[in-house]
Amino acid sequence: MSALWNHLAQTPLLGISLTLACFCLGDWIYKRCNQSPLANPVLFSLVSVSLVLWLTGTDYYVYFDGAKYIHFLLGPATVALAVPLYKNLHHVKAALLPIIVTIILGCLFAIASGVGIAYLLGGSEETLLSLAPKSVTAPVAMGLSEIIGGTPSLTAVLVILCGITGAVLGGTVLTLVGVKDKKARGLAVGIASHGIGTARKLNVHETAGAFSGLGMGLNAIATAILLPLLMMLYMMIQ
Amino acid sequence: MLVYFFLLCALQLLGEVIVYTTGLPIPGPVIGMAILLLILILKNGMPEGLDQAASGILKYLSLLFVPAGVGVTLHFNLIAAEWLPISAAIVVATLLTIAFSGLVMKFLGKLS
Repeated sequence: MSALWNHLAQTPLLGISLTLACFCLGDWIYKRCNQSPLANPVLFSLVSVSLVLWLTGTDYYVYFDGAKYIHFLLGPATVALAVPLYKNLHHVKAALLPIIVTIILGCLFAIASGVGIAYLLGGSEETLLSLAPKSVTAPVAMGLSEIIGGTPSLTAVLVILCGITGAVLGGTVLTLVGVKDKKARGLAVGIASHGIGTARKLNVHETAGAFSGLGMGLNAIATAILLPLLMMLYMMIQ
Repeated sequence: MLVYFFLLCALQLLGEVIVYTTGLPIPGPVIGMAILLLILILKNGMPEGLDQAASGILKYLSLLFVPAGVGVTLHFNLIAAEWLPISAAIVVATLLTIAFSGLVMKFLGKLS
């Protein structure tokens, strides 16, 4: 049995099938729960794939060697976000200035709150630096983490956890503070929870999804500019 | 539709070329997204096939995060060592950022 598993693990088939099987099950549960954000299919898939790998003693890199074909599609999917954005362009044009101001303030707030909370609770310097770009889409966050002296692979993990947090609880928080407008809801989730938040928003409403994609893209650009500047300021003060 | 899927890949490719040659700290796909948006604005219309190709892939956007997400297991020990500051910074700061950004946008939207 284990010889068969090891043989199959040599082909991409196992990683791809395992990912699809867990995701289909997660998606089925998500739909059964009336698309409740608490039944987030990404969260379900992460836990179940990890469990299977752990139980079978399969190395992550063996799994990823197959699953990378799914991972690769993230690139073209990100490019495709221009389509819902274009369809909602009239909304964007009508609120261009509020969007830009919200992005800049949200970007600074995301960095300050993450680093601030971890600092108050005694996080190490490595953790603080790796946390700073946590709200930005993974490739940008990893690049920034390296520039400011963090650990890129730790940053990648933190980025994904932030995405899941926003996808699962973001909607509830926005309802609690009384933000009902789809555009504001989408933009806020995109700023804090990048692609995973955007995937959830696209699922709920096209306009919210478009604004979330916009928040993700613009916050990536804002953070790429502002975070290195903040770091320079900090070094000057010290 | 296949030709539009090719377009998505080609624009990512173009984005990667721009990143490589200019050293911009922005990922290739985000630049590809900006270029596609620019093309659509200049063209002032959406080909149906592009709409289909994009909706097709975006319908499963969540799935595409799973392989990288499972990588969380690689850093279990690192996170366990500082679980309190890390989990508080992730959960509390992310939710505060969402509330803050949503309220700023709501407030500014009312002004304009």
